[in-house]
Amino acid sequence: MALEIELISPFDVAKDLALAVQEYTLLAARSVANFFRRPLYMGDMLQQADLIGFGSLPIVILTGLSVGALLALNAASTLQRFGGITLIGQLVSLGMVTELGPLITGLMVAGRNASGMASELGSMIVTEQIDAMRALGTDPTKKLVTPRVGATAFMLFFLTIIADLLGLCGGWAVAHLIFGLDSRQYWTSVWQILVFRDVFTGLIKPVLFGFIIATVGCYYGMSTRGGTQGVGRSTTQAVVAASVLILVVDFFVTKLIFAIFGYR
Amino acid sequence: MSTPTLPIENPVASVANPSKYAIEFDNVSIAFDENVVLDGISFQLPHGETKALFGVAGSGKSTLLKLAMGLMPPDSGRIFVLGEEVTRMSEAELFELRRRVGIVFQESALFDSLKVYENVGFRLAEEKTPPDEIERRVREVLRFVELERTYDMYPSELSGGMRRRVAIARAIITQPEVLLYDSPTGGLDPVTSNTIVELIVKQRDVYKTSALMVTHRLQDAFTMATHYFDSAKNQMVAYPKGVRCEVPMSFLILKDGKVIFDGDAQQLAASRDDYIREYIS
Repeated sequence: MALEIELISPFDVAKDLALAVQEYTLLAARSVANFFRRPLYMGDMLQQADLIGFGSLPIVILTGLSVGALLALNAASTLQRFGGITLIGQLVSLGMVTELGPLITGLMVAGRNASGMASELGSMIVTEQIDAMRALGTDPTKKLVTPRVGATAFMLFFLTIIADLLGLCGGWAVAHLIFGLDSRQYWTSVWQILVFRDVFTGLIKPVLFGFIIATVGCYYGMSTRGGTQGVGRSTTQAVVAASVLILVVDFFVTKLIFAIFGYR
Repeated sequence: MSTPTLPIENPVASVANPSKYAIEFDNVSIAFDENVVLDGISFQLPHGETKALFGVAGSGKSTLLKLAMGLMPPDSGRIFVLGEEVTRMSEAELFELRRRVGIVFQESALFDSLKVYENVGFRLAEEKTPPDEIERRVREVLRFVELERTYDMYPSELSGGMRRRVAIARAIITQPEVLLYDSPTGGLDPVTSNTIVELIVKQRDVYKTSALMVTHRLQDAFTMATHYFDSAKNQMVAYPKGVRCEVPMSFLILKDGKVIFDGDAQQLAASRDDYIREYIS
């Protein structure tokens, strides 16, 4: 059998991409606008908050602890050479609160929940459940998308705080137990290095990342085509797109905050 | 089979509607990429009538129902449902209209994460009906489809026929003025099919609900055209042989995206068209 290769015009690819960006933007805008329109599905939002928030707690605890400990371990070997082991608390604190805490939590939750949302909504699309919901007079973006967006943004904020705290604990364990740094010295340097800008940066990012995870997951779910194979494709694409978007947005948000507050 | 009567607060709501037809398609066309599915379709569904739609697989029957529900827009033409022009309405306006129309999907499309009572009472819950009232009405309508015992079960625990009956219960719980059935008996055994046909006939004759019914099973449509629901006996009864039935039932056949037949059972039986003769033989 001869192998047939279908050539796709770059113009068509660009057109499809532009259409996808337009549809994603519309869905994201509608999901936010729905917060100001009745009915607001508080029950669904709480259920999603439980699934996303408490469900993600184990992986957030483990990754937070590991990242904090690894950060301290890697930094300590360099700092020790210059006699600056006492700075380890500052390094872990700044690294976790401004950057690694929100980023690692965002990526972990994206892996767990963007895929979950895409597969759940994708399955509902291919089994006509979304059409059934519309036919029953209910707006699926209000009932399904907005509660997920609200719950993810809200819960990621608190999950990041937990990850930050556990990261600092991981850093303390390494600094104290392996390198013999005094606990009071560690926690004092952790506390003293942080200024308003650092905490603000570290807490604004999870809200944005939560919004990205939920909107991307829901977008890929709602645009699923092609049966169970399509559901699998949407799930993978949702995780990849959400992760990449988180990294890109992280860079620009950090740059913007530096532009507003100035460099340290 | 006999089915219990479903108590209704506002019977024959469609009579109050001032529009001449429950559904009207006016020169409607739709294509998916290069494939023209419906090509200038025009027909009317009078109030209280059930119209059975036939056509080979892929002839656009299910698409036609989705167009009527406003779930997808046509490329051209106009569609009226209960006097409202669906093709000019926004999604928000359509949500209001859809509350007056019920649909039974081909694969039932029950919400698999919700229990049967939550599925059936979904629309009532959305309308903020008190929980006691929802439970009462869900039980009534499940009794109507003879599935009250499934109240607390998940759709995955039901057979295909039971899922189809739950889908009918979900569609009729708010007593819609128009019902759209997409292959309600498809893939079911003859006994279950007959149960569902009887439910549809009862809905037509007792509650005077207008309906569009997509089906591949000609025998189901002929049963509906030759039977009526006897409320006294509480069962579907055949008209005596030789009696010309005045059943509000018509047939519409699609071929290559066009309507090739639109008429009643007698006209269908008398048709000389080769394709139709082959279809009904």
